[in-house]
Amino acid sequence: MLAIFRRELKAYFTSPLGYVFLAIFYAFAGLFFWLFALDIGSTDLSTAFLMMFLVLMVFVPLLTMRLLADDKKQKTDQLTLTAPVSLFSIVFGKFLSAYVIFVAGVAVFPVFGFVMSIFAKISWLPIWGNTVGLLLLGGIFVSSGLFVSALTENQMIAAIGSFFINLMIMLLDTLVNQFPSGFFRTVLGSISIYSRYIEITNGIFSLSSVLFFLSVIGIFLFLTVRVLEKKRWA
Amino acid sequence: MIEVQNLTKRYGAKLAVDRVSFKVNESEILGFLGPNGAGKTTTMNILTGYLSSTDGKALINGIDILEEPLKAKKLIGYLPEQPPLYLDMTVEEYLKFVYRLKKCKLPINSHLKEICELVKITDVKKRVIKNLSKGYKQRVGVAQALVGNPPVLILDEPTVGLDPKQIIEIRTLIKKLGKNHTVILSSHILSEVQAVCDRIVIINRGRIVADDNSERLVQNLSNDHKLIVRAEGNPNEIKKLLSSIPDMREVRINRENIEPGVAEFYLNAKEGSDVRREVSKRLASRNFPLLMMKSSELTLEEIFLKITTGDIYGHADKIEAGMDTRLAGKE
Repeated sequence: MLAIFRRELKAYFTSPLGYVFLAIFYAFAGLFFWLFALDIGSTDLSTAFLMMFLVLMVFVPLLTMRLLADDKKQKTDQLTLTAPVSLFSIVFGKFLSAYVIFVAGVAVFPVFGFVMSIFAKISWLPIWGNTVGLLLLGGIFVSSGLFVSALTENQMIAAIGSFFINLMIMLLDTLVNQFPSGFFRTVLGSISIYSRYIEITNGIFSLSSVLFFLSVIGIFLFLTVRVLEKKRWA
Repeated sequence: MIEVQNLTKRYGAKLAVDRVSFKVNESEILGFLGPNGAGKTTTMNILTGYLSSTDGKALINGIDILEEPLKAKKLIGYLPEQPPLYLDMTVEEYLKFVYRLKKCKLPINSHLKEICELVKITDVKKRVIKNLSKGYKQRVGVAQALVGNPPVLILDEPTVGLDPKQIIEIRTLIKKLGKNHTVILSSHILSEVQAVCDRIVIINRGRIVADDNSERLVQNLSNDHKLIVRAEGNPNEIKKLLSSIPDMREVRINRENIEPGVAEFYLNAKEGSDVRREVSKRLASRNFPLLMMKSSELTLEEIFLKITTGDIYGHADKIEAGMDTRLAGKE
């Protein structure tokens, strides 16, 4: 697992991909920080965090599209799949490499908090809560992106596909509102990722949300392993 | 070392590998021969755990690749048809990655150095793989299979796309490796397996059509009593002269005037007899210069074509029976 993690992490910086992702991330984070905090004289970053949902939805697929799709296209999967490593460690190694880049992006928010704390008294708790929320959300986007990347050998399709999944994740919430009450509202409402993320940005940080996010990440990683496993039997 | 029992692989309705069974002993080089699409790569992919079989078993040193994949995979070095190279890495980085991936225990620097020297890539160690020539890429692929010093090497068409000099180098390397590794090598080039392998398995449409020691396979098919002879002189007189040899059944003029005054003859003597000395003596006695004499055995190429394009099951039996009927049919 460590070997794959190291290789993939390094690959982000031998191609422009890692730099581009981080540049975009920092640019948008900086923009929101300026618009929703500095410009209006507020120390509340929750709007900036909320806006990051949209940015991640679009740009995390760039980070994950290559991971498994390119392996298939270049046939390097014949190396990893015939090496004495389990499928899970392959998948998890790849997941971690993309996730570390993502974490490097998110790390800018505590820096914003620190900058504000020089000029005003701020409450750190919501900033940390939101940061953890963003990390969990990113985990879902990375794992879903990885899953789609396992399905195809075309990076563009992988990127578009995972963008589509992310879009669905967001739209699920609108769908919930179509049902005023009843069974569908309960079911769809309880699997809504977006509404739980909004909860976190509103300052409600619950263990159930954390567990929910972790479970979704786990499910996508599990499905990715299954896709690789299925390929052997096809 | 390697045992394959009734291996079957089905892609939907298509049967890619059909009840293939064979064994490879320790330190043996097995040539896996077949036309494109015969099922060579599929079999190799199953042996290495990249694909699963629909039915049957593949054992590496007694370990079932499906039941204990991690244990079995540790014993195998695999070079797929297209070397699995990460083009964005340097050769050194790549080999270190493979080393870590395979969880090797050998001392990393000396082990990789040894491999690089063996496959002669030391001078490109610092270069990015993307920029290497095809020959070097192939060698890095071989190097990758050697990392961890696995006892079994599975090489899928290792010389494809190389220039003649590189082909000879790779062949020499494989022969060298065969001394202390068990090697399975696939190819659709007969001279290659003939040159490198101890044993040949011929596969077509997913089925094994021949499996024998490579020398015996050729020997079985050779026929010293059938000769092609070129001599200078009057063709009809030569024909008459040779026909008078006791064991001779048939003398035929193949072509006249190959060179001015030189004709080619096809001689068919009694089975088991050797008329070569007599032919030479008689021609000399009448002052007809003998310019060429060779046995009219089928080259492996011809055998292969016959086996794989004809009614394979029928022909497979005939290989064992000595192929006499087929030879007669050819001429």
